[in-house]
Amino acid sequence: MKMLNQEEAKRVCDKLMSLSKADECRVQISGSRNGNIRYARNAVSTAGLAENTQLTVSVAFGKRQGTASINEFDDKSLEKVIRRAEDVARLAPENPEFQPAVKKQDYKSSVTFSEATAAIDPEYRAEVAALSINSARKQGLVAAGFFSDTTGFETVANSNGVFGYQTLSNLGFTVTTRTEDGRGSGWVTRSANDARKFDAREASEIAIEKALKSVDAKALEPGRYTVILEPAATSEIIGRMFGAFDARQADEGRSFLSKKGGGNRLGEKLFDEQVNIWADPWNPDVPVLPWDGQAMLARERADVVKGGKIASLDYTRYWAEKQGQRATGRHGNMIMAGGGKSTEELIASTKKGILVTRTWYIRMVDPQSLLLTGLTRDGTFYIENGKIKHPVKNFRFNESPVSMLNNIDELGKPVVIGGDEVRYQMLIPPMKVRDFNFTSLSDAV
Amino acid sequence: MERRSFLKVGAVAGGSLLVPVFGNAIAAEELLNPMAVQFKKSLADAAMNAATKAGASYCDVRIGRYLNQFITTRDLNVENIVNTESSGVGVRVIAGGAYGFCSTNVMTLDSVADAARQAVAIAKANAKLQTEPVVLAPVKGVGEVAWATPFKKDWRAVPIKDKADMLLAANKAGLDAGASFMAANLFQVNQQKYFASTDGSYIDQDIHRLWSPFTATAVDKTSGKFRTRDGLSSPASMGFEFFDCKAENRVKAAGGVTTLYKGAYDLIEDARAAGRQAREKLTAKTVDPGKYDLVLSPEHLFLTIHESVGHATELDRVLGYEANYAGTSFATLDKWKSKNFKYGSELVNIVADKTTPGSLGLVGYDDEGVASKRWDLIRNGILVNYQATRDQAAIIGEKESQGCSYADSWSSVQFQRMPNVSLEAGKKQLTPDEMVKDVKKGIYILGRGSYSIDQQRYNFQFGGQLYFEIKNGKIVNQLEDVAYQSNTQEFWNACTALCDERDWRMGGSFFDGKGQPSQVSAVSHGSPTTRFNGINVINTARKIG
Repeated sequence: MKMLNQEEAKRVCDKLMSLSKADECRVQISGSRNGNIRYARNAVSTAGLAENTQLTVSVAFGKRQGTASINEFDDKSLEKVIRRAEDVARLAPENPEFQPAVKKQDYKSSVTFSEATAAIDPEYRAEVAALSINSARKQGLVAAGFFSDTTGFETVANSNGVFGYQTLSNLGFTVTTRTEDGRGSGWVTRSANDARKFDAREASEIAIEKALKSVDAKALEPGRYTVILEPAATSEIIGRMFGAFDARQADEGRSFLSKKGGGNRLGEKLFDEQVNIWADPWNPDVPVLPWDGQAMLARERADVVKGGKIASLDYTRYWAEKQGQRATGRHGNMIMAGGGKSTEELIASTKKGILVTRTWYIRMVDPQSLLLTGLTRDGTFYIENGKIKHPVKNFRFNESPVSMLNNIDELGKPVVIGGDEVRYQMLIPPMKVRDFNFTSLSDAV
Repeated sequence: MERRSFLKVGAVAGGSLLVPVFGNAIAAEELLNPMAVQFKKSLADAAMNAATKAGASYCDVRIGRYLNQFITTRDLNVENIVNTESSGVGVRVIAGGAYGFCSTNVMTLDSVADAARQAVAIAKANAKLQTEPVVLAPVKGVGEVAWATPFKKDWRAVPIKDKADMLLAANKAGLDAGASFMAANLFQVNQQKYFASTDGSYIDQDIHRLWSPFTATAVDKTSGKFRTRDGLSSPASMGFEFFDCKAENRVKAAGGVTTLYKGAYDLIEDARAAGRQAREKLTAKTVDPGKYDLVLSPEHLFLTIHESVGHATELDRVLGYEANYAGTSFATLDKWKSKNFKYGSELVNIVADKTTPGSLGLVGYDDEGVASKRWDLIRNGILVNYQATRDQAAIIGEKESQGCSYADSWSSVQFQRMPNVSLEAGKKQLTPDEMVKDVKKGIYILGRGSYSIDQQRYNFQFGGQLYFEIKNGKIVNQLEDVAYQSNTQEFWNACTALCDERDWRMGGSFFDGKGQPSQVSAVSHGSPTTRFNGINVINTARKIG
């Protein structure tokens, strides 16, 4: 179906609420048009366009709730989805942790939509692939990449008068460029809300340069090294740490933020004092919706880590009420302060170290210490006396982001990184970190 | 790649609210009335006619209706029940030698015809970049056929109260046995999939799957230590009879350290054991790093098979189609062509099989209309074949596809996905207890834990749920902080013993991620308890500030 504009979305929400016989009703509608092009072996492998609009409705009779979702919007379907939710709610037991629908919220809009991104068409996508493939071919390399763009809208509403509507757009691009003999590989990633900030040729050249430089990697002994981690290399590592900032888990004793003997570590200094991290839905580089779709609470600018101290934790509405705290919308982005230096300048000030382009397959090994394991990939280089000396074989690491953020030598200039397996949009700096723990070698290129 | 495990579900749940539910969330009679086949055929014909008129040389149409129910409980509360319904049509074409794809959730003749024309326009835009045209291995049209997952008890007709009661009983059992916290979930999936193609197939399939994972957490507030033990269930493609666990479905682990399950599952019994074992983990002995003989239980080994063999033998990886994301593979074509690449020891026989009863990959036909089958990947330790779709089979000169095409939604384009990949049982009679008797210094590992492998499937590090030290043929105590690191080829060549058919059972994953945009698929892997000698074990204990 076509994208709903604000008026149409409001009409659907009002219709659902008028159909509902429950004490309260909450509605969320998401619509998107996702275009993409994927290429490999220097040719397009798939390309497509997917459109969908989905609504989720939740109703409550007292403390009893029911939820259902559907992607059809005719009158019969709207009636059907409401009745399904109500049938469930009538049979539900009271939920002791029930929270009534939130009161009317003030959603200060954020700039999540760009006409330039919404105007992307199949020809534009094919051009991105062509630029990337042709640049690789000229160097005798093989490119595999993916470009995707999304245009859509989000709406939330409830029977207390909450209503939010906002359009969104964004794009993502990644390309891996490999030598034909498979001995070298380079990679780059780009993410943007506004297509005018994206340059496929510039991005592709970085992957090409890394591929050419990474041939004939030498093996270094596993061990603790000073590393320069590009923003894409740390995004998943620190992104997973933010997922463990839940107040309830900390208070209950099952988090790295739990205090021995009970309570949590809010206010304690756990990281180097250079570490300053905050969330801000209105940041122009990583704008996100001004509400949290699950709770329908307004998001706020909030410090997460300040001067190395834990500045705030995430409270659900239930846990906030129980603990006498104020709940706000869950964060949608993470912004980390850095310095003014580029990655190249961080390299120039390094006597001995390893440059990491990308990390891969990161998994939690121990939630108690936040120990993570994963590997380096697509451009790992040895640095000596301020210069890249030679490529090195990839490593597996076993490291905790808590240790990593305690061992910071220097931070560079933050850049936008879209999350892959984490849910945050991020603006994070390249980092120079001491004693990063590589535990074994990988022959993979 | 076991990626994005719960992201999709999280996204769905994120759209809902905290909901306890006791009832049939979707009226059973409504669910049991799927879309009329003739209506689906008319939509498919409309799309194929429009695509052909617009210049497509090939077109396939997938009409999907997906009904999922996820129940989430925490301790003695039902936290969330999410019922989702999603339907729509995906049209894939070849025009000018290139692929194009378009999907829509508006299921009218005009809308699907529009989608087909857009797919052709996209294909033509891409054809300019095509160096070689897409060639599909031939498939003979099968006409109008139907296939359904065999089951005795339809999950959609089971009252939600019964399901929630089961989860809460499991949580209570875990709490009573020593857990400080319990969280249990039930995922239920029904995919009503219709496939039609210009080859002359109209295939109607009804697929059912379910899984009930849980986590028991034990906390020692004095020391500030906490430990978890996840459930040992294996998701299955069958009906709700999966939870009717009888004596013959119970398997004693080596040394009687816990109960394991085959063909059915006792959630409550496993939760009770988990509560006790999570508490015991708080005082388990930390492992001394070094070389050990590992005795790996099937509900642990399945993910090792998945990562180190399943993904490594995907032909799209081998050819470079996944180079930008999931990666390539060390199992290159030259190794396959040599017919003597020693992937593993002579004991290692690994098959691909989309026909295994109860397995998550069990279907009648893949998403290109190819009938399900079984074939060898590794025979007597030698790499003998890959997993392919129609376009890949043509690239390596195979006469037909092995039926490995899958899309996770009507709105996603189909591509190569792993079938069930399983390790055959040993031919000599051997029980897990007898296997342990032969081990001087070893570790017995059960359950899936932390898994990570590199992008060519060489270097891996895997953990589990339960670790037991083996000394001189006897299981002596529980261990913690264990992970093993190895290289795929070295690991499989270190395989020295397999239990026999009596011990063969499947593990599985609901959320195997791959592709761009990322899609998930469900897949099972069977094996017996298996021994690997001299594997490097590391200690994962760390202290932070």
